[in-house]
Amino acid sequence: MSGSPFLVLSAILFTIGCVGVLTRRNAIVVFMCVELMLNASNLALVTFARVNGNLDGQVAAFFVMVVAAAEVVVGLAIIMTIFRTRRSASVDDASLLKY
Amino acid sequence: MTSAVTLAAEFSKPDVEYSLISPLLIVFGVACLGVLVEAFVARERRYLAQVVLGLVGVIGALVATIMVAANLAPQGDTAGRGEIAVEGAIAVDGPTVFLWGTILVLSLISVLLFAERHLEGGITAFAGQAAALPGTTAEREASTRGLEHTEVFPLMMFSIGGMLLFPAANDLITMFVALEILSLPLYLLCGLARRRRLLSQEAALKYFMLGAFSSGFFLYGIALTYGYAGSMNFGDIAEAITGRIGGQVLLLAGIGLIAVGLLFKVGAAPFHAWTPDVYQGAPTAVTAFMAACTKVAAFGALLRLFYVGFGAARWDWTPMIWVVAILTMLVGCLLAITQTDIKRMLAYSSIAHAGFILTGFVGLHQVDSFAGTQLSSVQAVLFYLVTYGFMTIGAFAVVTVVRDGSGETTHLARWAGLGKTSPLLAGVFAFFLLGMAGIPLTSGFTGKWAVFTSAVSGGAWPLVVVAVLLSVVAAFFYVRVIVLMFFSEPVGDGPTVTMPSVMTTVTITVGFAATVVLGVFPGPVLDLAANAGQFIR
Repeated sequence: MSGSPFLVLSAILFTIGCVGVLTRRNAIVVFMCVELMLNASNLALVTFARVNGNLDGQVAAFFVMVVAAAEVVVGLAIIMTIFRTRRSASVDDASLLKY
Repeated sequence: MTSAVTLAAEFSKPDVEYSLISPLLIVFGVACLGVLVEAFVARERRYLAQVVLGLVGVIGALVATIMVAANLAPQGDTAGRGEIAVEGAIAVDGPTVFLWGTILVLSLISVLLFAERHLEGGITAFAGQAAALPGTTAEREASTRGLEHTEVFPLMMFSIGGMLLFPAANDLITMFVALEILSLPLYLLCGLARRRRLLSQEAALKYFMLGAFSSGFFLYGIALTYGYAGSMNFGDIAEAITGRIGGQVLLLAGIGLIAVGLLFKVGAAPFHAWTPDVYQGAPTAVTAFMAACTKVAAFGALLRLFYVGFGAARWDWTPMIWVVAILTMLVGCLLAITQTDIKRMLAYSSIAHAGFILTGFVGLHQVDSFAGTQLSSVQAVLFYLVTYGFMTIGAFAVVTVVRDGSGETTHLARWAGLGKTSPLLAGVFAFFLLGMAGIPLTSGFTGKWAVFTSAVSGGAWPLVVVAVLLSVVAAFFYVRVIVLMFFSEPVGDGPTVTMPSVMTTVTITVGFAATVVLGVFPGPVLDLAANAGQFIR
């Protein structure tokens, strides 16, 4: 089976996520874009599992979901603390550390 | 669909070699116990319980590592020993146990640094209550009540567990999971400083955002490599590359994206941007731990993946690593000159060290037997990691004790004249700096000598020329700090050196002793590194 439409979709999602991380300013949105990148990888993994005819990719996708969930816990905690301190979730405002 | 059906029918119980992976199990077990201690032990007894648990756990894992190392069986007639455990997920071989030992010893002295309570007046250097906003009554109340977050110890244990798993991982998904296990607790630890909490939180945010971004690249690289090779296992990937099956574009893109993720973790340019900010903002004990142990673990993983998995495609990836190595050394050495903050300067110096290690890594020099007089690239890099780890933890430990009323004084100008007020400490720090600069009779020299000779043997001599020239540049900014400490007058009232408890003293002493011994008498550790042999597949 050709997986190429799915792979193209996953590449598009990955690119959207990547561009989003680089251009968006709100920490939550940046974080959502990172999650989009992880999910794009999941789609690629599952597609390749189908193309290759083994289950490794599908199992990997489950691991990635669990890791992504753990990352959300840690990430939102960090974003929350910085939002409560600064009353802003903009990544541009966090600029005390430089040079 | 038939393939899925047959695969389902073939399922059999996985075989887990518990004794081989016992160091991992001990560390993760202690981490889980630490979480239970947080839940069930009274607040005033938690600190002691956690410190004892942490030390016992790390020492236990170290003993287990030595047991595993003693029982590694030679593999065929190659220069490798050990075996692939847990259904191909973990490779327990010579380099793995060497890295386990290194990480555990470095972690042991980091635990002592974490447990230091003398410097802040009977309390750890971590936030009393991380949820309390800086400058509010809640925060003041937390500090007057003497609250402290003892959760840092289980977090650290989980991170150590991830670090042990990372260089041992023998398939891509295990490597990804290990990467996240080591990173996620570190993101949190970075944000837990008691003083300068805004900087600390900002460091955590930056580390987390960029770390998550880079692991996105890493994962997509895994997906593409899996698509190319049809397997996550390093051995199968190597076979697929040797057979040159499938599309080369998939493989090259996969290697590139995975390299982004790993080079980010080792702090190599152009993926180094997080390093100075995070090293400066994080609590110094955490910086010491992460600068030393993360780099050891990440370089171990980088070596295994690129030597075992992608070894057959070396002509495709060595040019990339050449460029990255030169860029890393340039960025590290040149930008360190302009720094005015001691922690930032050490951060750039760690970037420069990553470049030197990459020089050894790219040499790809192999030896075929244990008896050889020369070190292979793997062994040289292993040895360099040991020397680097001890110097780094020692140097950051010294930074924790130079203080004034508002906490640590990290601005370089405030270090002027430190050699006159406390010559012993300044002397030790100067020695660490000389070690990092690679002056003979320090471990930095033997480490650099090992990686540079192995790189020359592997034919990477132009890179070694660049590395040596940039070492000279690096010596400049290290020596400048020494001159500042010993030959300039203190500004104002100058910094004071707070007498630390025995724990930080032990950390500094161990770091100092390792730097001296590995410089003057490197033989035993070099032998250990040489005995580690090669990676198995």
